[in-house]
Amino acid sequence: MHNLKTTGSIARERAARYPATAGSVSAVDLREGVRNPGMPLELDWIREVRVNRSAVERRAATLGTRRSVKKDWQAAWLLKAITLIDLTTLAGDDTPGRVRRLCAKARQPVRRDLLQALGMDEDSIRVGAVCVYHAMVSTAVDALAGSDIPVAAVSTGFPHGLNPLPQRIAEIEASVAAGAKEIDIVVTRGHVLTGNWQALYDEVRAFRDACGEAHIKTILATGELAMLRNVHKASLVCMMAGADFVKTSTGKESVNATLPVGLTMARAVRAYAERTGYAIGFKPAGGIRTAKDALTWLILMKEELGTGWMQPNLFRFGVSSLLADIERQLEHHVTGRYSALHRHPLA
Amino acid sequence: MSKVAEVFETLEYGPAPESAQFANEWLEKHGRAFGHFIGGDWTDASTGVSFETANPATAQPIAKVSQGTVEHVAAAVAAARAAQPGWWELGPHVRARYLYAIARKIQKHGRLLAVLESMDNGKPIRESRDLDIPLVARHFYHHAGWAQLMEDELPDYEPLGVVGQIIPWNFPLLMLSWKIAPALATGNTLVLKPAEFTPLTALLFAELCQEVGLPDGVVNIVTGDGETGAALVDHPDVDKIAFTGSTDVGRIIREATAGSGKRISLELGGKSPFLVFEDADLDSVVEGVVDAIWFNQGQVCCAGSRILVQEGVAEALERKLRARMETLRMGNPLDKSIDMGAIVAPVQLERIESLVEQGRSEGAEVWQPSWSAPREGWFYPPTLCTNVAPSGTLAQIEVFGPVVVMMTFRTPSEAVALANDSRYGLAASIWSENINLALDIAPKIKAGTVWVNCTNLFDAASGFGGYRESGYGREGGEEGLLEYVRPTWEHAAQLQREPTANDGIAQPPAGGTPAIDRTAKLYIGGKQSRPDGNYSLPVYAADGSPMGEVGRGNRKDVRNAVEAARKAQAGWAARSAHNRAQILYYFAENLEARRAELTGRLAALSGDSEGASTEFDATIDRIFTYAAWADKWEGRVHHTPFRNVTLAMKEPIGVMGAVCPQAHPLLGFVSCIAPLIAVGNAVVAIPSEVGPLLATDLYQVLDTSDVPGGVVNIVTGLRSEIVPTLESHDDVDGIWHFGSAEDARSTESASTGNMKRTWVSYGRARDWFDRRQGQGQEFLREATQVKNIWVPYGE
Repeated sequence: MHNLKTTGSIARERAARYPATAGSVSAVDLREGVRNPGMPLELDWIREVRVNRSAVERRAATLGTRRSVKKDWQAAWLLKAITLIDLTTLAGDDTPGRVRRLCAKARQPVRRDLLQALGMDEDSIRVGAVCVYHAMVSTAVDALAGSDIPVAAVSTGFPHGLNPLPQRIAEIEASVAAGAKEIDIVVTRGHVLTGNWQALYDEVRAFRDACGEAHIKTILATGELAMLRNVHKASLVCMMAGADFVKTSTGKESVNATLPVGLTMARAVRAYAERTGYAIGFKPAGGIRTAKDALTWLILMKEELGTGWMQPNLFRFGVSSLLADIERQLEHHVTGRYSALHRHPLA
Repeated sequence: MSKVAEVFETLEYGPAPESAQFANEWLEKHGRAFGHFIGGDWTDASTGVSFETANPATAQPIAKVSQGTVEHVAAAVAAARAAQPGWWELGPHVRARYLYAIARKIQKHGRLLAVLESMDNGKPIRESRDLDIPLVARHFYHHAGWAQLMEDELPDYEPLGVVGQIIPWNFPLLMLSWKIAPALATGNTLVLKPAEFTPLTALLFAELCQEVGLPDGVVNIVTGDGETGAALVDHPDVDKIAFTGSTDVGRIIREATAGSGKRISLELGGKSPFLVFEDADLDSVVEGVVDAIWFNQGQVCCAGSRILVQEGVAEALERKLRARMETLRMGNPLDKSIDMGAIVAPVQLERIESLVEQGRSEGAEVWQPSWSAPREGWFYPPTLCTNVAPSGTLAQIEVFGPVVVMMTFRTPSEAVALANDSRYGLAASIWSENINLALDIAPKIKAGTVWVNCTNLFDAASGFGGYRESGYGREGGEEGLLEYVRPTWEHAAQLQREPTANDGIAQPPAGGTPAIDRTAKLYIGGKQSRPDGNYSLPVYAADGSPMGEVGRGNRKDVRNAVEAARKAQAGWAARSAHNRAQILYYFAENLEARRAELTGRLAALSGDSEGASTEFDATIDRIFTYAAWADKWEGRVHHTPFRNVTLAMKEPIGVMGAVCPQAHPLLGFVSCIAPLIAVGNAVVAIPSEVGPLLATDLYQVLDTSDVPGGVVNIVTGLRSEIVPTLESHDDVDGIWHFGSAEDARSTESASTGNMKRTWVSYGRARDWFDRRQGQGQEFLREATQVKNIWVPYGE
């Protein structure tokens, strides 16, 4: 029997091919570049949603162990991650000075010498957006003038979303008027928890209308939705109501972006794309702090939705401290020495 | 353009190799040549015949190992025998310390073991690192605990002695741990033969045993091929063979050891169903399929290789599966970014290819992703086959590769029928968000492990093993531990010969036998039926006078009895345990009413009226015992380390043959049928040839006690004429035979047709009046098998 083991490989007839890098959204011609117009609320679809939490958690737990991105690939992916960052400050003590500093970092998130060493153009890397409260929108717009970096405003009574509806709509309109190109709205969690999908749909529709040309990201506050099934259903309703992005959380809930939640939302996005042909973006927010976390989230997107969903038009990180860790990792890649926070300019 | 700038655009996965440096250093340290580990020492690797083990991903040899000869095996068994008394006498706590030390060693050298495993076997490093090796360590930790507790928890048991263990190549070190940990915990010593394709981690394990100071001879590793395994199986001084591998080889081992008195446990093949109901979370189902059939390249005995999907969602599932298959990555097993590695050996690759071709020629639609497998090494792509009928080769034959068939069903009952339409019964997976449905289906599937909304989960606390031709015995948990011990009374028991019919049958007095006008027929399906051949046999009293006649059953009567039992069994098992208990109590009550008649019979038969009365009392007592047990022989909930309940359910084996002892025709008969029916089996009983009237007298008692027709069937006659039919019948799930050593050989040998469970006495007499020997948990264990149902929860 043992001689069989040493006779060398059997000639394979098939041509050598390599794992597809294309997305895993099957049999769908995505309407690229066309904004999701939404669709009528389809309650039958919502009702048939099944999410098995234990199975989702098992898959989520092994996403980062089934794939590993190393060396030049890791550096490239981390640079890509930077371009996906909604560089965020959402603190009560935000001031124009603080926001201007953040915007400066957004324009030049990585030291030029590091980019050169990595063989990247000096101006190739900038963050996806800067995300602030309404009060800081105009400051940020000014600070980012000429950079093409959009300003995103959290809105609609962020983070709780329980202000009167007219005020929430007015808040959107004010931010759009101040120059925000992206509006991160919060949904009424009560509509989800009571299964009032019509109310959720109507609310998001109204917000979408108020946004006009500005893109709307719908924050589900998944940490308060109790069940992954609710997360999937709420994601679908928001997309039906015309969301451009679905976003996990405000960063203010006690539990924010977790991989099982992200996996559930990514699958909802996939279901919507398969059914309608519209590609909706996804934004995990809160709790993502390390370069390794960022890579795992990118693996999640690549595995579940494909490489197309690793671009700023379809994926963002809602983060404040992630960038600093990525910078350290990039410097380590360049020098071979572990880096220190103080070697990189503050945001 | 720099590589970074390029990947920034493509966002490809790059290579992420795990270093083989330390594993190669370890191999080099040994000159890439290994001897056997016998008696704490290594045989000279440079002498004798050796063979190469190769890296399946490169097809290049990585080391030479020695071919174990009969002499090597004999030396290893002798070393194990010499070490065994000392190992047992060390006591539970000291053995626990050794097992604990082994567990720690495995953790400390986890990466080396994982890399070596992937190099030798071809499995992805992700699996060896995250699944195999942690499960190995867990198995030794768990059994360190059993070693510690043995004295308290199994006070009436002792080790079997020397165990021979033969393991497969698909999970080399994990299977080693499943074999070695329970054997050592219970005070046995052992000789283990790893698979010839994958011997290296077993050899590294032997080194770790040396480092923890395990006494010499407790663990012996002999490498080699099937001939080495055969030498181990045939060695007369081995008390038990534990085997994991193919059903074909399992059958050979059963045949080879028949009648030898060697215990065997077999963990064999499977064609496990993967049931998807229309209310399942299909995205999770897809990942389940990945873990079911593309885990370890599908070279998993419990691989979910038959997807049975409810028709309404079949198309959606197939579409999702195809999309998922496109994103699977295959390549160098030491790459941390691949899902599938290499097939272990060319012979296995050829088998997979030829089976798929055969399926294709039978009309199967074979679908593989658009990427293709690497050319170097032995790779086979993930494969989905549709348009396969249940009769198709790919639906019936275990491929042991990354090939899954998909078939549809309409209703839950059709799903069960299709799932059970297999000779195998190792595992099953059920996907549904409806707990009512899932927990209804799980007990109906013939399989030792049922995973609800999950698949291929394992843990040391949960016994693993099969139904039907997937083998018998369990590995893990208390049920697995009991495979390595025997009751202490057996050892102390007088080696009294089991009496045969000739001992009891008096010769008819000269002058002829006057006929009597009462004829006991056979009892089949709740009816007294005339024997097919329409012959009778006389029964004589102790004084030689005729007592009556019984039917002379033949093979057709046995066939009819088995059919009746099959028909009755499911309904009987479905009754509540309380109901079965009530019927047994009622049986005792009605039997008591016949005391005078039956003690008279017994007295006439034995010539001992006092003894007759004692036997009758013991019989009533025994029925009460099993009436009492009926609603107390319960399963348990295993503490598996997940958010999950693992329900260990004790299920009846099914249709059981019971060849009752010749002595004590009433007590012996009842001691067999009562435990079997108490737990839900249906029985075909062959009563004592000496005193069959004691059994035939029970027909009316059984009738009046509401025992449903077919639950107990009684066929009288000459054993030589009827037992061979019963013990070889492929629809009999298990057989007990209390008879001679030759009977044991015959029963064990005849069992191989359908790999039915056997329990035989090897000619050793039990004292049926002794409560330890004649009744109790040993009987109940032999009457049931454990099914572990994994139910993760959380919403």
